Amino acid sequence: MSILEIIVFLPILAALAIGFGAPARFTALGAAGINLICGLVAAGTAKFTDIEVGGFSFVHESSRPLLDDPELALAFGLDGISLVLLILTVIVTLAAVWVSPAEIKIKGSTKLYYTSSLLISAGALGAFLSTDLFFLYAFHELALIPTFLMIGVFGFGENRKRTAWTITIYLGVGSLILLAGLIALFLNLGGNTFDLATLYETASNDVNIPAETQSWIYLLLLVGFGILVSLFPFHSWAPDAYADAPTPIAMLHSGVLKKFGIYGLIRIATPMLPAGAEKWANLVLVLLLGNIIILGLATIAQKRLDRMLGYSSVMHMGYVFLGVVAGTTIGMSGAVLLMFAHGVSIALLFALAGSLRDRFGSLEFEKLGSGLGKTVPKLGLLFGFAAFASIGLPGFANFASEVMVFFGAFQPMEKGDSLGFLQWAAIISLWGVVISAVYMLRAYRNIFKGPLASPEPRAADLTWGERIPVLLLIVALMLIGFVPEILLKYLRPALESLTLIGGGG
Amino acid sequence: MDANTLAWIILLLPLMVAASILLGLKRMPGLSALLSTGSAVITLVCSVMLFSVTGAVKAFPWIDLAGFRVNIGLLVGEDDTLAKGMMFIVTFIGSLVHIFSLGYMKDDEGKARYFAGLSIFMFSMTGIVLADNLVMMFIFWELVGVSSYILIGHWYQKNTAADAAKKAFLTNRIGDFGFMIGILLVWVLTGSISFEGIKAAGPVASTMLDIAVICIFCGAIGKSAQVPLHVWLPDAMEGPTPVSALIHAATMVAAGVFMLARVSFLIEIADVAAQVIMWVGAVTALLAALMALQQNDIKRILAYSTLSQLGYMVMAQGIVGGSDAGMFHLYTHAFFKALLFLGSGAVIYACHHEQDIWKMGGLRKKMPITFWTFAIGTAALIAVPGTSGFFSKEGILHAAHEAHHTGPWVIGLIVAFLTPFYMTRLFIVAFLGKTRTENADHAKEVPPIMFVPLGILAVLALISAYGPIAHFLQARGEAHMPHLDATFWISLVGLIGGVGLAIHFYRGRDSDPIRIPLFENKFYIDEIYIGLVRIFQDAVATAVAAFDRYILDPLVARFPAMTAFSAGSILRFFQVGNLQGYAFLFGAGVVALIWFLLL
Repeated sequence: MSILEIIVFLPILAALAIGFGAPARFTALGAAGINLICGLVAAGTAKFTDIEVGGFSFVHESSRPLLDDPELALAFGLDGISLVLLILTVIVTLAAVWVSPAEIKIKGSTKLYYTSSLLISAGALGAFLSTDLFFLYAFHELALIPTFLMIGVFGFGENRKRTAWTITIYLGVGSLILLAGLIALFLNLGGNTFDLATLYETASNDVNIPAETQSWIYLLLLVGFGILVSLFPFHSWAPDAYADAPTPIAMLHSGVLKKFGIYGLIRIATPMLPAGAEKWANLVLVLLLGNIIILGLATIAQKRLDRMLGYSSVMHMGYVFLGVVAGTTIGMSGAVLLMFAHGVSIALLFALAGSLRDRFGSLEFEKLGSGLGKTVPKLGLLFGFAAFASIGLPGFANFASEVMVFFGAFQPMEKGDSLGFLQWAAIISLWGVVISAVYMLRAYRNIFKGPLASPEPRAADLTWGERIPVLLLIVALMLIGFVPEILLKYLRPALESLTLIGGGG
Repeated sequence: MDANTLAWIILLLPLMVAASILLGLKRMPGLSALLSTGSAVITLVCSVMLFSVTGAVKAFPWIDLAGFRVNIGLLVGEDDTLAKGMMFIVTFIGSLVHIFSLGYMKDDEGKARYFAGLSIFMFSMTGIVLADNLVMMFIFWELVGVSSYILIGHWYQKNTAADAAKKAFLTNRIGDFGFMIGILLVWVLTGSISFEGIKAAGPVASTMLDIAVICIFCGAIGKSAQVPLHVWLPDAMEGPTPVSALIHAATMVAAGVFMLARVSFLIEIADVAAQVIMWVGAVTALLAALMALQQNDIKRILAYSTLSQLGYMVMAQGIVGGSDAGMFHLYTHAFFKALLFLGSGAVIYACHHEQDIWKMGGLRKKMPITFWTFAIGTAALIAVPGTSGFFSKEGILHAAHEAHHTGPWVIGLIVAFLTPFYMTRLFIVAFLGKTRTENADHAKEVPPIMFVPLGILAVLALISAYGPIAHFLQARGEAHMPHLDATFWISLVGLIGGVGLAIHFYRGRDSDPIRIPLFENKFYIDEIYIGLVRIFQDAVATAVAAFDRYILDPLVARFPAMTAFSAGSILRFFQVGNLQGYAFLFGAGVVALIWFLLL
């Protein structure tokens, strides 16, 4: 059994064990902890020395063939991109299963909380690590089910049933469109294998899919992946879903699972359909500005912290798209690194929001009152870290990756050249940096600063047990923020080979 | 020790202190304060030693990818007098402010947090000074913003302080938006982000370069509080007074000027940008001086005067041959303005946190040391011939005159009349005459830990323009026999006229005989901005959010979904919401999928 198989199946086994009566919290924490270690080991032992031009440099490959025609295998592999997402997933998973005992006590279903979290984690890991197109899709579907379930059954808010059904239908439709696109792609690339490496080879060498076919397949994939990742205007499921979701589910979905959409674009759509990507680049630029500017403004107007965080999470996806569209090595690296930074920081914010809700019963700004920094100073301090991380303060991974995304959109140029649409879009999207500072600092100020209401609210500050998962996330953000090279060294070979296929700069 | 070691000690020591306070020493405020102060003094010693050592400083790559390389590199080359002089100012004022704070913040309950904030500031500010490339400068640029945010909002339970901190950060973000675009454009033009690389690429004049430099200048507009982004600085006075002295008078707000001096080789090429810089500086100098005329809060008067003086320095950066004069004014201003702020801190401390000058009076006899040092600071600020401020201001006005920039030159002369007027007003009302309130009655001289820094700064406010000190700072421009030209005579008349008029109006007064609502209300700029934010941000945001929720969401999401499901009873069936239903759905989905794929 390869280490990657362990990583994918351990959470599933742990979930089953919990189902059969194993102590839930202990088992879940154990599995998540072992997975974190396995993830780090997999990263540490990965050697990306030979860049295979025209393909990904997967290491730690394992393959169990299931079918011969079409060639189908339960196959896992690791390259720089999936490695970053692997690390993201195992970190956020541990924090998510750790974070919520108080909330579970209120909701009263230990088993379901932990099994769902573990299954979401397993689904995300399977999707990120699969080198087989079929399983890449199937694992993501697997992760969606517990998400719907948890929101519908244990969600917050009066409309949680409706929210659950909205996202079930919405993401279901998204998945179907995506499926249609993937099948079209599969058939156009010969229709005889699901193996990604072979598919790349086919895409870059033998069969050149005609530009027009590329164009409509890419559009299907763009809409499908776009819905999953809440690309404007397909985002409206997200704020409600995150606001209503139980804390660990919000953390896992917004932090990890949602990244599947971008991952799919980078992994499948862009390299296999370069002409399609080029054709729709300007459309994506317009849409990502919708994410950053329009939804950024909508974020400012939110009156509840959880909805605000939901919107902000959607907004920041715009920057990831910007890096992907830029297509340069710097931009793509920035996009992948930003997936990590965003995933960790949004999970962090949802975790702290959950702690606030446990203590004060509501996340409406008006009901929360102000000056809580006095009541719960440690929670306030950590929220401050999270807020500044998410608005891209240097020292956190978010800044490093955003800088790379922006520089990725610009190229040194000859005299007489002028800026293109990509550069203008990048300049406009920079304004989002101001917008996110506005809503984040407003929220921070409204909740934690200013005089306390009278009578003074009473609440216990974060305990050590509650602080550990939060600190884990903060340390991860600062480590990568100070030394981005930790992850960049894995991305360099992966993306250099990728941009070689895609023909990008 | 070589330059490498020294530079890294200066940069990293305060960071380590801040981290250790945050991680564990928070419960020991006394120790935290001493550690923080100690680290400031050590960095001062190191920065003095830095003047006499040579040698390269090792750089570390932070991001290095496909031709894009951001170093954490420190620039203290042998001829880099700019960084060395600035570093001395930062660590010197920083040390004195730390020491002064030991007294001023003695009984504050957030003392450890305060000193951690000061140390984070020292780390960030030295990073700006030492940065060898634009991105690294931007990194520390943001970090000083955050330390400023923390320290302005130190008394976070006060609404005014919490709002002021937020306002400062957001206003600066707007400037930094431009700054980042400028950096990107410079990269586009030269393929480099390091100062040496940009210089080596030999940029030539072009519209794009003008735009790039103006965008970079936006960063300075925010950080150095130039019109139209000046509104945050007066509010920043909500922070503890030593912070106002260090960050919001002497060093951080001057970072914009320093940054412009760093890229002066670009400004020299970009004519249009230079014009913009010069005029923005001049307008700021004038408007801020006018606003200062009618303020009653001692710290706010000083804050507007800081704005006005920063306007001088920025103006100088836009004048050919004026960059050095501007930097020289930065140095002398750092000494006398830090002195004035710490002096006002002593007054506020003695008067039980009274800041209204009309509620003071008669402090001359109560606190003689503070009085005399404040007098010296005032003399330097209003440019009494012979004091340090006189020579540096003269340098700027002279440069404007030489370069035939008549407009800015005239504005500079008007400000040279307004400054003595409002400072004399402050001085007479607060220190002379009779005490007007009980608080002022009970005032007594501050303890030595506070007045010793005042004394040291007073000496420097007098002599820092003369040979030895100026040479030591390697400042270009020092005390000289004044050119007895038009600039000299007109500003001398302005000085005497300003002081004389202020004495005439304010001697023996208990309330302000002059009322100019336009100046008192700061040209209503804050009100205008609040209105603009309400309309263009909050109203638009609300509209967009409503559009998103009530039009886009139904159109894109709910309508198609409901249409699809309204076909029959399927919806009702699924709405049962039981586990079997979900399991059935999932199972059906998987079967359909496999069937589809294996077909």
